[in-house]
Amino acid sequence: MTEPSHAANALELKDLSVAYRVGRRNRAVLRNVNLTIKAGEAYGLVGESGCGKSTVALSVVRYLPRNGSITGGSIALDGQDVMKLDSEALRRARADSVSMVYQDPGKALNPSLRIGRQLTEIFELAGITGQAATDKATAMLNRVRISDPVSVMQRYPHQLSGGMQQRVAIAMALANDPSMLILDEPTTGLDATVEAEVLDLIGQLRCELSASILFISHNLAVVSNMCDRVGVLYAGMLVEEGSTKDVFNDPRHPYTVALLRCLPRGGQRKDQGRLDTIPGFLPGIGATIVGCAFADRCALATERCRTEPPPLYELGDGRLSRCHYHDNAQSLPRATPADVPAVAPKHAPPVLQVEGLNKTYGSHGHPLRAVKDVSVSLRPGETLGLVGESGSGKTTFARLLLGLVAPDDGGSIELEGKKLAPRLASRSEDQVKAVQIVFQNPDSALNRSHSIRHILSRALKRLGGLSGKTLDTRLEELVRSVRLTDRHLAVKPRQLSGGLKQRVAIARAFAGDPRIVVCDEPTSALDVSVQAAILNLLADLQSRQDVSYIFISHDLGVVRYLSDKIAVLYLGRIMEFGPSEAVFSGPHHPYTEALLSAVPKLDRTESSRIRLDGEIPSAANPPTGCVFHTRCPRKIGAICETQEPQLTEAQPGHTIRCHIPYAELAKLQRPRAVEPA
Amino acid sequence: MSATDTPASPPAPAAPDTASRSPWGEVLHSLLRSGTFLTGLFILLFWVVCALFGQYFVPYDPLASDIINALTPPAADHWFGTDQLGRDVFSRVIVGSRDILTVAPLATILATIAGTALGLLIGYFRGIVDDIVSRVLEAFMAIPVVIIALLAIVALGTSKITVIVVIGLSFAPIIARTVRSAVLAERELDYVAAAKLRHEGALHTMFVEILPNVIPPILVETTVRLGYAIFAVATLSFMGFGIQPPSPDWGLSISSNYGMIGGGFWWTVLFDALAIASLVIGVNLVADGVHGAFND
Repeated sequence: MTEPSHAANALELKDLSVAYRVGRRNRAVLRNVNLTIKAGEAYGLVGESGCGKSTVALSVVRYLPRNGSITGGSIALDGQDVMKLDSEALRRARADSVSMVYQDPGKALNPSLRIGRQLTEIFELAGITGQAATDKATAMLNRVRISDPVSVMQRYPHQLSGGMQQRVAIAMALANDPSMLILDEPTTGLDATVEAEVLDLIGQLRCELSASILFISHNLAVVSNMCDRVGVLYAGMLVEEGSTKDVFNDPRHPYTVALLRCLPRGGQRKDQGRLDTIPGFLPGIGATIVGCAFADRCALATERCRTEPPPLYELGDGRLSRCHYHDNAQSLPRATPADVPAVAPKHAPPVLQVEGLNKTYGSHGHPLRAVKDVSVSLRPGETLGLVGESGSGKTTFARLLLGLVAPDDGGSIELEGKKLAPRLASRSEDQVKAVQIVFQNPDSALNRSHSIRHILSRALKRLGGLSGKTLDTRLEELVRSVRLTDRHLAVKPRQLSGGLKQRVAIARAFAGDPRIVVCDEPTSALDVSVQAAILNLLADLQSRQDVSYIFISHDLGVVRYLSDKIAVLYLGRIMEFGPSEAVFSGPHHPYTEALLSAVPKLDRTESSRIRLDGEIPSAANPPTGCVFHTRCPRKIGAICETQEPQLTEAQPGHTIRCHIPYAELAKLQRPRAVEPA
Repeated sequence: MSATDTPASPPAPAAPDTASRSPWGEVLHSLLRSGTFLTGLFILLFWVVCALFGQYFVPYDPLASDIINALTPPAADHWFGTDQLGRDVFSRVIVGSRDILTVAPLATILATIAGTALGLLIGYFRGIVDDIVSRVLEAFMAIPVVIIALLAIVALGTSKITVIVVIGLSFAPIIARTVRSAVLAERELDYVAAAKLRHEGALHTMFVEILPNVIPPILVETTVRLGYAIFAVATLSFMGFGIQPPSPDWGLSISSNYGMIGGGFWWTVLFDALAIASLVIGVNLVADGVHGAFND
């Protein structure tokens, strides 16, 4: 990455304090943040939600919400004091020198204007009109590697995929050749493969442009790949800063240490140890902080930490840590013991046996095969991980199992040897309670009008067949098993944090002693520390109750942690199916290989990466032959286009749908040695 | 469960940054800060008090005729003048809200109950039921309320009950349509799927799971409908249906006096008309306030 060439700082925050006015009180959100981004530097800001990351971004352009105000400190952009600009100068600064890219490109683009119109508008503001503006816009789209800019210019935002939309948003941000580019969670809503593309693009653009970058993300791995320096924000304070490599490899603040430990790393699996968690909660906005803000959640905290606010200690080499005991930060004891109960390998008959399952939707008269010929089996106490990009049929498959959607005729689903009716209404009570789900979004999954007690009691009554005293006893057990307390029963879902809500959803799924629980991205809306706690909980419940999971996630690290078997789906077809270790360690299907390679990794072992071109094709019009041939980096020839490969057994229990023989795949993939997530 | 796998500290009862107020508390709070709502409420309460207690404080018996003093213009002893039978217009206007404030709200409540049930049904089941019922409702809504009312009254005979039922049923489709669209959004949420995965019956899912979450739009629509119902009741009694003499009802009074405006006896009509207008405006202000409180 380029070293800053000249001395001027692109962005300098001095003692920046920001407060939001809530309920007639100013509540501090940022507390004396000092931060400098040198010209040409990429600076990453990490921390859990509610730490004030986005507030930093909004303050830089003085774009805070109405109830937000800058209560102290200064902001200098290119040496220019943003606080002193009048509205015209501020407008010009926003137009000329800063650009922002937000998380959701769908909302950042105007849905009723064509892409071309939105792009040329920027140049018109700068006084370039007509054909010149159009040419510039085309050039801009070329720059963000959009292959047919002319046709993209004619389209509306909804006609583009998420990754394309984000490219357009980046093109718009770069149009005015800004000196400062602020990226606020630019890849959070995107598939891993698309995320990888967008990150590659940003990386390439960094080399071409002079812009400094403020990169905000909750994803530590993404930041570690993109940034030169990184700052860790906690409760509106910068608690650690340094070069990315140093901070992630040798963290000096217990919060950073704890955050890094929450991630399943290096192929860690549930039977090898539990993930570490961070106990307690982030201080609320505006909370009075006496000593160290992290003291309540820090196992290393002493009396001194609780009374004396730590300064930002300088550790040399530009490293800063706001911890009295920064030398010992890494000796932070685990909040959750790693040991797991030993699980004896099972040879029980499968709890779930799916054979030749198909689901075809009608879409404008064309059949849309959402799930095609899927067969899997799962033993009690095992987890089947479903991976694939969005649109690969993961959720449809889960809904078929649950009976929420009826499959096409022909296939069969057997639960403990007995056939499951295709429709939920025709399944027996026992079968209904045996297959339950934990939804992705607890806000949608829990009825906001009902108390937690009502939600869980109803589930116990209907699924557990309980009532009266036995119900109350079981309710208490259930609440305790997901580590909630009686106090949580009286409240409504909105009064709980995301992690607690998800615990309620898990408790509900377990109310009737299910045999199979579908977990549909259960942690994707949660912070890493909360995610770790939920994954631990799921693993514990599984080892205790011998329940099987169908685990859907786009986060391969998470899938690997929890899964015993993996099914890789593409356009509704299983491309690879086998034991988790075999699928992850390879040799694997070229698609699996690409998925694994797309995952940003914390340890920057940048091996050559595989990128998938373009988007997942429409299921209404799938490619002929092998459905993956249009994007396959290992396509061998005409056979891929004409003949659909069969799922062939590579090793016992490990099947791959590819024309390339297993031995050949092994040879092709060996030198690469793709590092697992 | 072993003690070791418990998190080091128990989770706090609630995320610290969520507001302490419940959603309904928040709505109430914003209602009480809304000038629109409070003005409307003031007007509405004024007429409710008049309806309930007007008879105890009006200067004259609103029904007592005094032919000698017929058609006197507004003056100190008859603030709003007297009508052709010599009845005190002021007393009649004050007490005249009684019938309309019984009939219109009852009609609105009937419309809300019928409309909510229907809306839940077609929104939840969708499909062919929805297609058929929705088309019928649309056809029904195309016919002016007054025409339906006239037909019904001719068939059933005129009475307050008939008016309540007729207005209630003719407003029900509008409420049903509002409820339906709210239910369509709601039924896609995962808690409805979760209810299915407990084999809950359709009635439970509709009324226990979905209904509480669609109350806000129902409340808004109900207050808006109340304004229209008042107007409809006044129109019908003006036409001689529903509320019958000798009630001092506003619509009825206007109907029996408007022939005399030409003779210059404006006071026999104006104050009743203003009373109807103020009540409708009051209810509409309340409706605006409620809408604002739920939607900001």
